[in-house]
Amino acid sequence: MSNKAKEIAINLKQDLLKKIDGNIKAKSNSEQAWLEKLRKDARAEFDLLGFPTVKLEAWRKTNLKSYLERKFDVNAIDKDLSSSEANTALMCEANKYDTDLYTQYNGHWMKGADGVTTYDNGTIVCPMSIAINIFSELVEPHFGKYAIDKGNALTALNTADFVEGYFVYVPDNVEHDRSLQMVNLIDSDNNIFANMRNLVVLGKNSKLRMLHCDDSVSENNCFINNITEISIADGAKLDLYKLQNKDNESVVITSTFVEQGADSNFASNTIILNGGLVKNDTKVLLNGRGANADVIGLYLMDGHQLVDNHVHITHAVSNCTSNQLFKGIVDEYAHSVFNGHTLVAKDAQQTLAFQNNNNIQLTKTSKIDTNPFLEIYADDVKCSHGATVGQLDTAAMFYIMQRGICERNAKMLLMLAFVGQVIDKIELPNLRASMTELVGKRLKGELSSCDQCSITCAEPDKPIHFEIDMSKV
Amino acid sequence: MAKSEDIIIDEVTSSDYKYGFTTDIESEDIGKGLSEDVVRIISAKKNEPEWLLEFRLKAYRKWLTMEQPDWAHLKISPIDFQEIIFYSAPKKKKELESLDEVDPELLDTFNKLGISLEEQKVLSGVAVDAVIDSVSVKTTFTDVLEKKGIIFMSFSEAVQKYPDLIKKYMGSVVPPSDNYFAALNSAVFSDGSFCYIPKGVRSPVELSTYFRINAANTGQFERTLIVADEGAYVSYLEGCTAPQRDENQLHAAIVEIVTHDNAEVKYSTVQNWYPGDKNGVGGIFNFVTKRGLCKGHHSKISWTQVETGSAVTWKYPSCILKGDHSVGEFYSVAVTNNYQQADTGSKMIHIGKNTKSTIISKGISAGKSHNSYRGLVKVSANADNSRNFSQCDSLLLGSECGAHTFPYIDTANETTVVEHEATTSKISDEQLFYCQQRGLSPEKSIGLIVNGYAKEVLNQLPMEFAAEAQKLLAISLENSVG
Amino acid sequence: MLEIKNLHVSVEGKEILSGLYLTVNAGEVHAIMGPNGTGKSTLAAVIAGNEAYDVTEGEIIYKGKNLLELSIEDRAREGVFLGFQYPVEIPGVSMTNFMRTAIDEIREYRGQEPLSAGAFLKYMKEKKELVEMHAKLNNRSVNQGFSGGEKKKNEIFQMAMLEPTLSFLDETDSGLDIDALRIVAKGVTALKSPDNATVVITHYQRLLDYIVPDFVHVMYDGKIVKTGDRSLALELEENGYDWIKKELEAKK
Repeated sequence: MSNKAKEIAINLKQDLLKKIDGNIKAKSNSEQAWLEKLRKDARAEFDLLGFPTVKLEAWRKTNLKSYLERKFDVNAIDKDLSSSEANTALMCEANKYDTDLYTQYNGHWMKGADGVTTYDNGTIVCPMSIAINIFSELVEPHFGKYAIDKGNALTALNTADFVEGYFVYVPDNVEHDRSLQMVNLIDSDNNIFANMRNLVVLGKNSKLRMLHCDDSVSENNCFINNITEISIADGAKLDLYKLQNKDNESVVITSTFVEQGADSNFASNTIILNGGLVKNDTKVLLNGRGANADVIGLYLMDGHQLVDNHVHITHAVSNCTSNQLFKGIVDEYAHSVFNGHTLVAKDAQQTLAFQNNNNIQLTKTSKIDTNPFLEIYADDVKCSHGATVGQLDTAAMFYIMQRGICERNAKMLLMLAFVGQVIDKIELPNLRASMTELVGKRLKGELSSCDQCSITCAEPDKPIHFEIDMSKV
Repeated sequence: MAKSEDIIIDEVTSSDYKYGFTTDIESEDIGKGLSEDVVRIISAKKNEPEWLLEFRLKAYRKWLTMEQPDWAHLKISPIDFQEIIFYSAPKKKKELESLDEVDPELLDTFNKLGISLEEQKVLSGVAVDAVIDSVSVKTTFTDVLEKKGIIFMSFSEAVQKYPDLIKKYMGSVVPPSDNYFAALNSAVFSDGSFCYIPKGVRSPVELSTYFRINAANTGQFERTLIVADEGAYVSYLEGCTAPQRDENQLHAAIVEIVTHDNAEVKYSTVQNWYPGDKNGVGGIFNFVTKRGLCKGHHSKISWTQVETGSAVTWKYPSCILKGDHSVGEFYSVAVTNNYQQADTGSKMIHIGKNTKSTIISKGISAGKSHNSYRGLVKVSANADNSRNFSQCDSLLLGSECGAHTFPYIDTANETTVVEHEATTSKISDEQLFYCQQRGLSPEKSIGLIVNGYAKEVLNQLPMEFAAEAQKLLAISLENSVG
Repeated sequence: MLEIKNLHVSVEGKEILSGLYLTVNAGEVHAIMGPNGTGKSTLAAVIAGNEAYDVTEGEIIYKGKNLLELSIEDRAREGVFLGFQYPVEIPGVSMTNFMRTAIDEIREYRGQEPLSAGAFLKYMKEKKELVEMHAKLNNRSVNQGFSGGEKKKNEIFQMAMLEPTLSFLDETDSGLDIDALRIVAKGVTALKSPDNATVVITHYQRLLDYIVPDFVHVMYDGKIVKTGDRSLALELEENGYDWIKKELEAKK
C-alpha cells in the first residue's frame, strides 16, 4: 500500500476517536449514565484493537484494507441534509410491500418516522436517539447485552460512536400484524462513514415481521457499520427480511445479534443483490429450550463485489433446532465468503442443527470461500453441514435447450431454480413476487449497475416475463 | 437408556495401552537441549556433507524466528525444547550384517510389537525399515528390492549413497520454512526412510517403516522421502508405538512424497503412539507434516491413516495436485479417548487441470477427548474441471467429548465442482437395541457399529494392516463403546 | 413358556399397556390383532427389553425366569427373538459379520464351542435357502440398501439363524407383496417345532392364511379384550373392529 493510503487509514481511526471523544464530552451532561459508560469502554476497546485485519480468523478472506484507505468523512452525517430536505429528495412515492415504512436517509429519519410511533397494541417504533432517553428503562436492559463480541473492533466502534438507528418494542402477547419496513438509504457525496445502532425487543409470545433494507443510490465511498440487537422472549416469533442493494463503492457491515428464549422462533432471510463490500454477521444464541432459528440467505454478486456472510449459532441449551441455508451465484470478479459456525454446548442434548452453503461459480476470475464449521460438545445431537461449489447442471442445460430454449434462458431458468429455495421461503407474497422479479432482473444483468433504489423500482404486480413458456419446462 | 450407556462407555474407555513397555537397550544420546551446536553435532555424528549441515542450520535459524502455531482446536501444554534430547540411538556395537546380529532385546521389542522382522520377511513379503528412537536399526528385504532397482534404506544411509537424489528432492515438497515443526525437524532430524522407485517399476512388496520411541525425554524427528518416478508404484506402510511414560514426548516428523507422470504412491499409517493415561498424563505430542506432490500428469497419491494414539495429534496429510489429471486421496479414521486431542484432516491443492481429490474422514470421540477435522480444498484459477468430494463424519461416544469440523473451501475456477458433506451423530439407540436383540453384548455391538462406521476407510488399507487396524480400533474403544 | 400378568407399560408418563394378560405355551402360534395405537408393538418391544418403555406394574415370566430382570442381549440369548417392524440399518457392518458375532456370543453364553468358519458358512447357506434369500449377504451391510420386502425376509432369515424359542414378529407382513408374504410365512412355518412358540402381530388376516394360528387375540386400549381361534380373525376381517368396541362399551 502506498504511504499515502496508509496515512489515510491511520487518520481514519484517529478521526473517529477524536469524534467519539468530542461527543462524549459534549453529551457529558445529557447522556444516560449507563450509555456513557458503555461508550467509554467501547472507545478504549476500539482504540486498542484498531480495524480488523486478515490475521483474524473472521476476516481471513475479507480484507478491509483497501476500503479503509479510501477517503471518508466521519462527520458527514452531521453535515448532510436535514430530514425535511430529505423528504423531497427521495422519490419513493409508493410502498409496494404493504408495510409501515420507516426511512432513514443518510442517517436521518424522514418525516413521519422522526418521532415516536406508538401503535394501539402498545408496539413502539422510534429513532434510537430518542429511545435511549425517553424509553431508557426499556432500552437499558437489552442494549449492549447481545452485541458481545470480544475482539471485534467494529462492534466496539459502533457502541462508542453510534448516533442513530431504530428501536422497536413489541409488548408481551402482542401479535403485530402490520409488517415494519426499515429503510436505510444512502445518497450523499460526502463519503459517509456511519455507525448505526438498532434494537428490537419482542415480549413474551409476541410476533413481528420486519424488513430491513440497506440501499444506496450514489456511487460514492460509503462505510456503514450497522448493528442490530434482537431479544426474542419466550414463545415470541420474529421474521426478519434483509434486502441489500448497495452501489459498488459502498461498504456495508451489518451485525445482527439475537438472543432467543424458550420456544421462540427467529427466521431471517437475507437477500443481497449488490454492494461493494457486504459483510453480514448473524449471531444467534439459542438460550431457551425449544427455540428455533432459521437463518437463510441469497447473494448474487458480480463486478468486483465482495460478500461475506457469517452465521454463528450457539445451542446453549437442549432441544433447540437451527437451520442455515445460504445460496449464491458469483460472476465476473466477485468474491463470496461464507462462514458458518454451529456450536453445540455441553448438555445441549437433542439438538438438531443443519447448515448448508451452495454456490454457483460462473467465472474463473471469481472466488468462492466457504467454511462450514461444526463445534460439538454434546453427544445426543443430529448435526450436519454441507457446502458445494459447482456450475449449472450441464445435463439439465442440454435437456432444456433440446426443448428449444436458448442457452441464455436455459441458464436463467436453472439459476432461478437454484435460488428459488431461498426466495420461496419469503412469506410476504408481495415481497416474494418482487424478489423473484428483482432476482430475475439481477441475473439478466439489468440491475447490476443499480442506478435506482431497488425499493422504488420493484413492481410486484407485474409478473416476471421470459421469452419462454416456463410451464413447459 | 442413557445411564446404562454411560456405564458401558466408561467400561469401554478404560482399556490400557498395550504397547507401553520399555526396552532395555543401551542407547547413546547427546544430552538435553537445542542450539546451533546441537545441530552441528547431529550432522557430524551422521557424517553429513556440508550442504546438509547448511540445510539444517538454515532451518534452525528460521525456526528461531517462528512461533508455535495456535490455530488448531488443541490445548497444548508448553514445550520446553531445552528439556528434550534431540538425538538418541541404540548403541551399535558394530555394523550389522544380518538379522542375527541385531540386539536380541531389540528383536524382542519388535516381536512384542507384533512385527517379527524375520517373520515379516519370510511370510508377508513386506520390506521393513525399523526406526527406533531416532535411528533406523534394520531394513529387511534389500536384495529383492535391489534387483528391481528400488532404493529403500534409512535416510542417513541414503544421504551417503545417493546424495544427489536426496539433495534434489529433500525439502522440495515441505520446505524447512513451511511451519514451525517442519523447521524444527529440518534442523534436527535424525533418521528416517528413503525410498525411490525407478521408472516403470511396480514395487513387488509393500514397503514398511516401523517407528518406535523408546528412550525417555527424547524427541523423535524422522523424515521420510518417497519418490516414484514415471509409471512407478509403491504401497508404503508406517506404524508407530511408544512406551508408557509420564512426560509428554515430542514427535515432529516430515513425510514428503513426489510422484512423476503416471506414478502412484499409496501411503498408509497406523498411528498408535502412547496416548497418555486415563487422566491425561503423558503421551506423545504428534506434530507431523505429511505432504505429497503429484508432480506428473496422471499421478496419484493416496493417504490412509488410522489414528488411535498420541496425546495430541496435529497432522494434515496433503496433496498438491500439480500434474494434469492427477489424483489425491485422503482416508482417515481418528479415534480419541480419555483426554486425547486430535486436530487432523487434509489439504487438497488443485493446480493442474482435471485433477480430482477425495477426502473421507471418520472421527470417533470418547471419554473427555476432542476430535477435530480440519481441511482445506483449494482450487486455483487454472485447475479446470477439477473435482473434490469430501465427507467428514463424527461419532460421539459419551457426553463429555467433543467433535468438531472445520473445513475450508476456496475456489477460483468456474468449471470446478466441490462438494463437502458432514454429519455428527451418536450411535443410535435403535442400532444398539437391534444388535443386542440379536444377542450381542453392548460392547460387542458398539465395536461392530464403530468398525462398520469406519469401514470405508479401513477398506483402503492393505490386507495385513487392515486386520491390525481393526483390532486397534476395538482396543482403543474397548470398554468405551457405548 | 411365557406368562404375562397384569402388565402396565408407559412411555414418557403416558400409559400404553394397562393390565395385559397373555400365556403362550411351547408349540403354539398366537396372533395378536387390533387397531392402530392399541399397544401391539409396545408389547413386542417390552418383551425384547427396549428401555424406552417403562414397566410400571405386572410381571413377565419366561421359562420360569423373571424376564424383566434380564438385559436385552441375555433375553435374546435365552431365545427371545423380535422381528422388527422397522429393521434398523447398520452401515458398514456386513450381514455375515453381524450373524457370526451374534451366534458366537449366543453360543458362548450357552457354553457351546464356537462354530468354525466353514461350519458357519454352511449353516448360513442352509438358512438362506430356507427363506429363499438370494442376495449375497457377505458384502451387504445390515439392512442397508435392502428393499422393504428384503428387510422383512432378512428378519426371518435371522430368526432361522438364531433358532429362538419365542419369536415375536411385529407386523412382519406389512408392506410385503404376495410372493414375499408367502416366503416369509413359509419360513415361519418351517421353523415351527413343538419346542418353540411364535407370536405374530398383524393387521391383516391374510398372513394367517399362511401361518395358521392356534389362538387369535384382539388388543384394544392396552389390553387383550378378546381371544378366540382362527375364526375370530376371519370375523374381524369381515366386520372390522367396531363390533368389539361396541361389545366393550356395552359391558361397561
